[in-house]
Amino acid sequence: MTDVSTDFESRLSACPACDVAPLAGRLARTGPVRGDVILSLPTAHCAACITDVERALSAVPGVRAARVNLSLRRVVVDAEGVTADDLIPALDRIGYEAHELDPGALTATEADRRGRDLLMRIGVAGFASMNIMILSVAVWSGADAATRDLFHMISGAIALPTVAFSGQPFFASAWRALRAGRLGMDVPISLALILASAISVFETWNSGPHAYFDGVVMLCFFLLVGRYLDYRTRAVARSAAEELTALEVPRAILLREGAEEAVPVADLRPGDLILVRPGGRVPADGVVTAGASEIDRSLLTGESVPIAARPGDALSSGEVNLTGPLTLQVTAAGRDSSLSRLTALVAAAESARGRYTSIADRASRSYAPAVHLLALASFIGWFWMTRDVRVAVNVAAAVLIITCPCALGLAVPAVITAASGRLFREGLLIKDGTALERLAEVDTVVFDKTGTLTMGTPQVAAADLDAEGRAVALALAGGSAHPLSRAIVAGIAGLAAEVEDLREVPGYGVEARWQGRPVRLGRADWVGADDEAPGAATWLRIGARVHRIDFTDSLRPGADKAVARLRHAGLRVMILSGDGAGAVRDIAARLGVEEWRATVTPQDKAATVAELSAQGRHVLMVGDGLNDTAALASAHASISPASALDAARVASDMVLVGKDLGPVADAVGVARASIRRIRENFALSILYNVVAVPFALAGLATPLIAALAMSLSSVSVTLNALRLR
Amino acid sequence: MEVLVYLIPVSLGLGGLGLAAFVWALRNRQYEDPKGDAQRILSDEWDDHPKP
Repeated sequence: MTDVSTDFESRLSACPACDVAPLAGRLARTGPVRGDVILSLPTAHCAACITDVERALSAVPGVRAARVNLSLRRVVVDAEGVTADDLIPALDRIGYEAHELDPGALTATEADRRGRDLLMRIGVAGFASMNIMILSVAVWSGADAATRDLFHMISGAIALPTVAFSGQPFFASAWRALRAGRLGMDVPISLALILASAISVFETWNSGPHAYFDGVVMLCFFLLVGRYLDYRTRAVARSAAEELTALEVPRAILLREGAEEAVPVADLRPGDLILVRPGGRVPADGVVTAGASEIDRSLLTGESVPIAARPGDALSSGEVNLTGPLTLQVTAAGRDSSLSRLTALVAAAESARGRYTSIADRASRSYAPAVHLLALASFIGWFWMTRDVRVAVNVAAAVLIITCPCALGLAVPAVITAASGRLFREGLLIKDGTALERLAEVDTVVFDKTGTLTMGTPQVAAADLDAEGRAVALALAGGSAHPLSRAIVAGIAGLAAEVEDLREVPGYGVEARWQGRPVRLGRADWVGADDEAPGAATWLRIGARVHRIDFTDSLRPGADKAVARLRHAGLRVMILSGDGAGAVRDIAARLGVEEWRATVTPQDKAATVAELSAQGRHVLMVGDGLNDTAALASAHASISPASALDAARVASDMVLVGKDLGPVADAVGVARASIRRIRENFALSILYNVVAVPFALAGLATPLIAALAMSLSSVSVTLNALRLR
Repeated sequence: MEVLVYLIPVSLGLGGLGLAAFVWALRNRQYEDPKGDAQRILSDEWDDHPKP
């Protein structure tokens, strides 16, 4: 009977490699292969969406199969030779927004395998603990003599292979910790698992009354659940962050002997000629060889006023081309250009992060030695009193099992999972495990202006125009896709005038003839205005008259509320911007922020953050541009909006997915609440220990008490964490 | 007490069956898209015959 169950168990669990390896092979085969197109479907949410999308995609010629994954809001299309450009319009026609994802940037399969591996171990431990518990209940209720020994033997036959399989994550990490000369949380866990298993085997062999097989397996189960929660939280945030990166499929238009060809940015070489269309982002550093246009470099410098680009000007990747097509000769190719600038910054960020020790680490640092000392002391004490090694080892094992940081291992992951889940629903991704803890300590918030507090899209602020002027301005602006023109169309009421010969002069503006007179809308020097006042403005010339139209940046939705709530919570709010003083003063006044600095260089931003940190302040940096990257990296915690440059998103701990800035204020509140919960959870599990440890030390801890203490503390800790949701 | 000779293997076997089902589900990627699978059952598209 025992033999049968041993055989059954060992076939399933004693060979984890057999369990995992075929899985890996399967994943490699069924994962996205080359030729598959992956689209993101942000609006898919129902059963009808699945059938609609799959039917529409299957109708596109060349598509073999399409499968929607509603959990990830993605669709994988198996289509040889069909590109996303053919599929997106098909979905657009039935009303679904779709974006192409770069399969290379999605590494979900690798992470998936780890999650599945953990789940498998949880499943095995759960199965084993249920079966052993059935047998243990019989033992607790008074089975004795041969029946008890038989039940212990069956329990052992189930428990030992289970511990060998399910305990592996703990053994591996304990071994790593020991080799590095540290005592992590996993060392006492592994010691408890091994010692308790060994003493239980010994007791079973000698027909002893107590065996801890149930406690050992339950310990494995609860700790694995904690591990899995921890892993899930990170995996969800990582896959969402990856999706943001994958949304920007990096392509460039290469000019090869006059013909245009779309190539991946990684394939660009210095000397290549590339075409940057109006509205496109400059894919690589280069020098303009032909064309004239205006360049928006707000992501790099924070300036909101576009800058003219002529042949000979150097452009860097990340800038946005506004009006005319530009031909560029690449000087720094592909990943080198942006990476070389960022390597130093990201390295600095990582070293700063590495210095932070999380609450869990701090707790385990003091907890692990205490547990070991307590177990050792009880062993020595009992050995000295009874001169019986068997009793002494039994007591020491009971102490180890009862003090084992079961609830401690669940306390932090359960809270972080609940809090991240709540913030995720509000549109904030937590990328870093310790980010919430750091966010809770924040007392100063530094905002970037352009693209963070503002949308980076201009709004008409003031225009000295009569009805005639408004009509002409509207007519001229309607002929251009320049952001300032669009702002005029959106912001000035009235009907457009009838104009003739409308044409856009890239880099300068728009001109036309109105009632026989030439009219122009554009740059001051081109229109003929001698007005050189600073700020974002454009000029309209009708005959001999020149009108000035001023712009301000439109506030990001929720910015005023977020700032007000942060100030209400007692945080110091500052604005640091690379933009001109006028624009910054205006925004600061609208938001009611007293502390602001304009025309700040990227180095100054980082230096200001470092200076604040040196004063003992914990800074939360919120920014989106390359000029914020150093500050984001050196701040205590950092948030960037999803519209930020890839580099800024990499450097920050949290990413704001939606347009609304409101979740920033929520995040600080949730972070503080979750730290409170973590502390409560620690207090709870210490309370259980304080109650149960005297029993163990007195040698009264039966396996029943150990099992009760363990499950009660784990369940109460998890329930307390779930209150956050 | 002789009944234990049957009962214990039976209970272990049933538990093992559950575990085997879990391992099968995990390997067959049944947890890939829980939300989508919950919704797919509401669609009547392949009610008459299975999807080819």
